[in-house]
Amino acid sequence: MTSSTLGKDLTGLEHMTPDQIRLILDTAEPFKEVSERPIKKVPALRGKTIVNLFFEASTRTRISFEFAEKRLSADTVNVAATGSSVSKGETLVDTARNLEAMRIDMVVIRHPSSGAAEFLGNRIASNVINAGDGKHEHPTQALLDLLSIRDKHGKIAGLKVCLVGDVLHSRVARSNLWGLTKLGAEVAVCGPRTLMPRGIEELGVRVFGRVEEAIEWGADVLNVLRLQLERMETGFIPSLREYYRVFGVTPERLERSPKPITIMHPGPMNRGVEIDSRVADGPHSIILDQVTNGVAVRMAVLYLLAGGRAELADAAKRGSE
Amino acid sequence: MVLQGGRVIDPSRDLDEPADVLIQDGKITAVGRGLTAPDGALVRNVKGRIVAPGLVDLHVHLREPGNEDEETVASGARAAAAGGFTAICAMPNTDPVTDNQAAVGFIVRQSGLAGLARVHPIGAVSIGQKGERLAEFGEMVSAGAVAVSDDGKPVVSSHLMRTALEYARTFHVPVADHCEDPTLAAGGVMHEGLVSTRLGLKGIPAASEEIMVARDVVLAELTGGHVHLCHMSCRGSVAIIREAKERGIRVTAEVTPHHLTLTDYACEEYDTHAKMNPPLREAADVAALRGALKEGVIDCIASDHAPHAYDEKEAAFDDAPFGVVGLETAFAVAHTELVESGLFTLPQLIRRMSTDPARVFHLPGGGGTLAPGSVADVAVFDTTAKWSVDPAAFHSKSRNTPFTGRALTGRAVLTIVAGTIVHEL
Repeated sequence: MTSSTLGKDLTGLEHMTPDQIRLILDTAEPFKEVSERPIKKVPALRGKTIVNLFFEASTRTRISFEFAEKRLSADTVNVAATGSSVSKGETLVDTARNLEAMRIDMVVIRHPSSGAAEFLGNRIASNVINAGDGKHEHPTQALLDLLSIRDKHGKIAGLKVCLVGDVLHSRVARSNLWGLTKLGAEVAVCGPRTLMPRGIEELGVRVFGRVEEAIEWGADVLNVLRLQLERMETGFIPSLREYYRVFGVTPERLERSPKPITIMHPGPMNRGVEIDSRVADGPHSIILDQVTNGVAVRMAVLYLLAGGRAELADAAKRGSE
Repeated sequence: MVLQGGRVIDPSRDLDEPADVLIQDGKITAVGRGLTAPDGALVRNVKGRIVAPGLVDLHVHLREPGNEDEETVASGARAAAAGGFTAICAMPNTDPVTDNQAAVGFIVRQSGLAGLARVHPIGAVSIGQKGERLAEFGEMVSAGAVAVSDDGKPVVSSHLMRTALEYARTFHVPVADHCEDPTLAAGGVMHEGLVSTRLGLKGIPAASEEIMVARDVVLAELTGGHVHLCHMSCRGSVAIIREAKERGIRVTAEVTPHHLTLTDYACEEYDTHAKMNPPLREAADVAALRGALKEGVIDCIASDHAPHAYDEKEAAFDDAPFGVVGLETAFAVAHTELVESGLFTLPQLIRRMSTDPARVFHLPGGGGTLAPGSVADVAVFDTTAKWSVDPAAFHSKSRNTPFTGRALTGRAVLTIVAGTIVHEL
């Protein structure tokens, strides 16, 4: 089976259409329920072989993909960069060709180099899903963010969403930016100027220097990005303490808003740095809903790329009944 | 030998007219109409063709010694001849580095053995190109070096650059600098701008080049030395050079065919054949570089021919090496983009690819002219030939070009070095 609706690979949201994005979100809906069953398994991908190829450390994304694959009854293999031939100097293209020679169906790849997923997708016949490439994109994270926003607010179009923090180094920010703008949200970014990429305003987003400005703007959602702790050593910020004091998302700052603001975070969180614990654990946080939705969205992506048709997703999940 | 019936363009004498060229004993002995061929002379009918001084490239990387699988002096000289070049200058970032008279002599010997385009060595500024101690300029120049450079890397230390400029004055050679502030460029793989932001690739800001251009100009003024600025890529550099030249500072500069024709959008799809240092920049930079070359603010075109094995470029963008080959496409790309577009006349282009670069490095034996009495380094071009770039047909050992498949007009059909044919189509 080949997929006609999404193409062969999912490498990023930049070149997807709004309809393709909506299709994934809509397809995720029936899959949410699978994870609530006592027997969390449907036969949609029975007989498919999927390799999770992780060249970078990951806990949440790798586990989420693995659950999604197993709940769709696929056979999965995990390959981590350490301990594999990759650590012995094998090139990405050789790794790809060797996997291909073992006749697999799909590869989920995470890689520290931007463009690595596209590189792989252009060289092998299997479907390739980008689980994060360098500072480029992390499309399934943005898709689960979109689904979580839609669950909470009932819509995405017209909402004001601000990405807060280290946008420069964030693939989550880039994917969110494309997904949100394509679905009609107003998007802003906010953080220290040292962590804002060059030319970002040309992508149709507002740029704020302070969290207070984003709140005054009337943000409905703050998606708080993880601050990589090594940014301090590389001179982008002076200290974590000052970062928290100036840019941290705290209850005191949120109190300025006349309406409740939905709080999101792609994880893992640095409590007391980019986000205050009281906010992360507060009533308007949907951080754990994001994690739950991650499995459903990844099931939808795997299912659609394998050639499944959206209208059959319901039937697919009933397959074992 | 007689080249009969061509259009002779010799920018060194502002000559552009139909004429025959007579070559005897490796020298040009006459240029004029209706020359009679001496008995037994080789005659080439070049009617409808352009007869010009052979092209001169001040900036190539030939990988010998060290990476002979990517290029050798001989294969580079063969590629040069095919591109209409009769003289090329080889950068010293080989393995080991060309930083002493023996290493310089090796390049001269390999060039002589190849007997194709002349290969002039450039010696290193610092021993091992480590940026610490000056290399022996005097001995290297005696052995045949035509300039000194740590190209591939900038001369980071301002003190070293100052002493290099001062010391090089004694030997009348320029110091060629790769202008890059390493603290701003660190980790960067393409131009810093909208495209790098979208692709999530670390950018190299234009300021990284401009800062070093400004510093080098200041040091050239301080020392009275001749600084040659390699592969200029951005409009800010152009402004600094223009102002320096107006003030009479001894600065010369070069620009590559790719920086004159491509922008950072060529990096879309993570095409590693568009990865070079300095990076491809924006349309406004391309426009400024073209204008500067036309005005003479930038003196010449140089290819920065940088061969790499095919599998090195077959990698993620971050992991691929910088650089593209250029000897076999330089003239055609420049001719198509600058002359066919009406921006340059053909004599203006030949000046910037032959007469001016030969002048900038004061090449031994001359070059860049067809004046009677000068050495017979000649290129004949068919400026109507249409062809498309097929890397598999290159004479270079490497194939890493950003111009694959591009339709071009104009190519060298005959290249002559010291009266000997080294390339003929």
